Amino acid sequence: MWRKFFYLTKRYMASEEELIEEITSSEYKYGFVTDIESDKAPKGLNEDIIRLISSKKNEPEWMLEYRLNAFQVWKKMEEPEWAHLNYLKPDFQDLHYYAAPKQKQALDSLDEVDPELLATFEKLGISLDEQKRLTGVAVDVVMDSVSVATSFKEKLAELGIIFCSFGEAVQEHPELVRKHLGTVVPTADNFYAALNSAVFTDGSFCYIPKGVRCPMELSTYFRINEANTGQFERTLVIADEGSYVSYLEGCTAPMRDENQLHAAVVELIAMDNAEIKYSTIQNWYPGNSEGIGGIYNFVTKRGLCMEGSKISWTQVETGSAVTWKYPGCILKGDNSIGEFYSVAVTANHQQADTGSKMVHMGKNTKSTIISKGISAGKSNNSYRGLVRINKNATNGRNFTQCDSLLMGNQCGAHTFPYIEVNNQTAKVEHEATTSKIGEDQIFYCKQRGMDEDTAINLIVNGYCKEVLNQLPMEFAVEAQKLLEISLEGSVG
Amino acid sequence: MIKIENLHASINGNEILKGLSLEINAGEVHAIMGPNGSGKSTLASVLAGREEYKITEGSVVFNGDNLLDMEAEERARAGVFLAFQYPVEIPGVSNINFLKTAINEAREKEGIGPMSAKEFMSKVKKASSLVELDGKLANRSVNEGFSGGEKKRNEIFQMAMLEPKLSILDETDSGLDIDALRIVANGVNTLKTEENASIVITHYQRLLDYIVPDYVHVLYQGKIVKTGGKELALELEERGYDWIKEESATLNV
Repeated sequence: MWRKFFYLTKRYMASEEELIEEITSSEYKYGFVTDIESDKAPKGLNEDIIRLISSKKNEPEWMLEYRLNAFQVWKKMEEPEWAHLNYLKPDFQDLHYYAAPKQKQALDSLDEVDPELLATFEKLGISLDEQKRLTGVAVDVVMDSVSVATSFKEKLAELGIIFCSFGEAVQEHPELVRKHLGTVVPTADNFYAALNSAVFTDGSFCYIPKGVRCPMELSTYFRINEANTGQFERTLVIADEGSYVSYLEGCTAPMRDENQLHAAVVELIAMDNAEIKYSTIQNWYPGNSEGIGGIYNFVTKRGLCMEGSKISWTQVETGSAVTWKYPGCILKGDNSIGEFYSVAVTANHQQADTGSKMVHMGKNTKSTIISKGISAGKSNNSYRGLVRINKNATNGRNFTQCDSLLMGNQCGAHTFPYIEVNNQTAKVEHEATTSKIGEDQIFYCKQRGMDEDTAINLIVNGYCKEVLNQLPMEFAVEAQKLLEISLEGSVG
Repeated sequence: MIKIENLHASINGNEILKGLSLEINAGEVHAIMGPNGSGKSTLASVLAGREEYKITEGSVVFNGDNLLDMEAEERARAGVFLAFQYPVEIPGVSNINFLKTAINEAREKEGIGPMSAKEFMSKVKKASSLVELDGKLANRSVNEGFSGGEKKRNEIFQMAMLEPKLSILDETDSGLDIDALRIVANGVNTLKTEENASIVITHYQRLLDYIVPDYVHVLYQGKIVKTGGKELALELEERGYDWIKEESATLNV
């Protein structure tokens, strides 16, 4: 069975001290896992399966139609082959497309858990109780996710902020979902997006009302019961005029999962003068050191920026066997801003083809792409980016910097920048560097008394600093730890 | 403190050090001079533990331990410090963070906890004023965008922070103007105690106007061919290396 290291965010902010207090002092009441019996649809994808998913989720007719339409579109599409990736294509008829959250068999003690997993927990500084929870060991005291989620939701509700599972949003706020779903990533956008549109099972939904500044970083931690959202996740974030939200996806705490193929879609909509900051840490199972196993991650992430708005993507990715991902922004409104900051690490046999897409439509639109690739082992790490300045995007500006760092001599780094400029006033800059992690740098650190791993970690963190600086403080600390673990023993 | 005996070292099959012997006691400053290609920098690299060099013969004992058996980082933690001829840039890593990491890693190995922020900062303040790098260092990346003089001063700053037992200054004077030279030398002199020692590798005599050595050795063709007091440096300045080469050639016949 495939195993996935899945992140559950465990993030709290200063303003939530009372929540932390609650987490650490409260008793476990209702059980971590839901009581729903395991039920799984048969393998394969057809209209009946889609109808099944829709009815299981008690969806309205329009949602079912959306799915069925997507399925028709998907059937006519072919899996893309342009990426610099080499993997065995999944057999889409050999997958389960629906599995209700099932009761996990509780283990009696941590002794029954894979020691490698425990070692990772140890390095990440995850408490013993939480280790037990993450690995499904029965525990007496555990963070009470239900009460945390409740008080958290109350706080948000006062401000009119909606933050819930996608399924819940379809039930409770159908008008918002229906209006915006697929407006940024249309069904026919690409093969995996079409597949996702047909079969997505759940995900996150967030709406920030006009002029509201979300007082806390929203993270999926607070929806811990939706952890088993499965392989086809759908996220929709809408920031209404003049609002602000910082959204965190993922966490450094790994968790097992049995799904191999992940094809998520994330849509962000920043209305006039709104700002969305979307941070991701991804640490899914990358396969073992021989390149066996691991997650295939085919994700479509895109933001739509209206006038004067800003969307900022920050990601630190160390996981997955195969990554295909290009978070981007459509800068539709005048004076809007798109940013993309990325650290992508590949080690062992991992492959990543990732970058960003910035489409300038409005006047005076600005975009920045900072991409830091790190390749180690026998991995392949490609940057692929598109910057397009449309005819009407007067004074469009883009700055792209993509750096590649190589560790060892069996890995590869590649850069595929696409630049299309259709307006004379535009200014597009592209800088790219490729460097090998310097033996000189490592020796310099060692001569000052550092071990090789410490030296590499220090150098890599320095190299990624521009990106790590964009992450919320605590997330950045965990991202650093993650880099350290991912690259341990990569040189020498 | 350190005893080097009959040291032979080669790189890519070329033997550079050919039987070098040298003994240094605590409290001493030894200058090593010699023409280009005589093996001065190789000696520094070999003592610091650069892996490219292969030791084919000889021994180095440092405070009772076999130095050649130790990894570069172990040597550093045991008190061997190399002031690099070409200090390395580490983009994105602040000088302060770099030193804090180095100091705390060494402390951790000794089983003591990290240095308190207060103690660390007071050390930084003292050490940076020593090399007149006040305030500039803290948040700048290690050596990135530093002028030649600043890089060398930064080496001495690090030396002051790490308090080594044996400092090897590899052509620290190269590329320095007279002011920077004075600052660097002043730093080295201030850090000198009865418990530590220095090897000052230099091409020119002028550094030795500021850092007064107890011994001057001439390295030629991988061996120490002449040893004297500080007046030997003056003689070399005046007469060049040719007479040494001739003497050495006669000896070898």
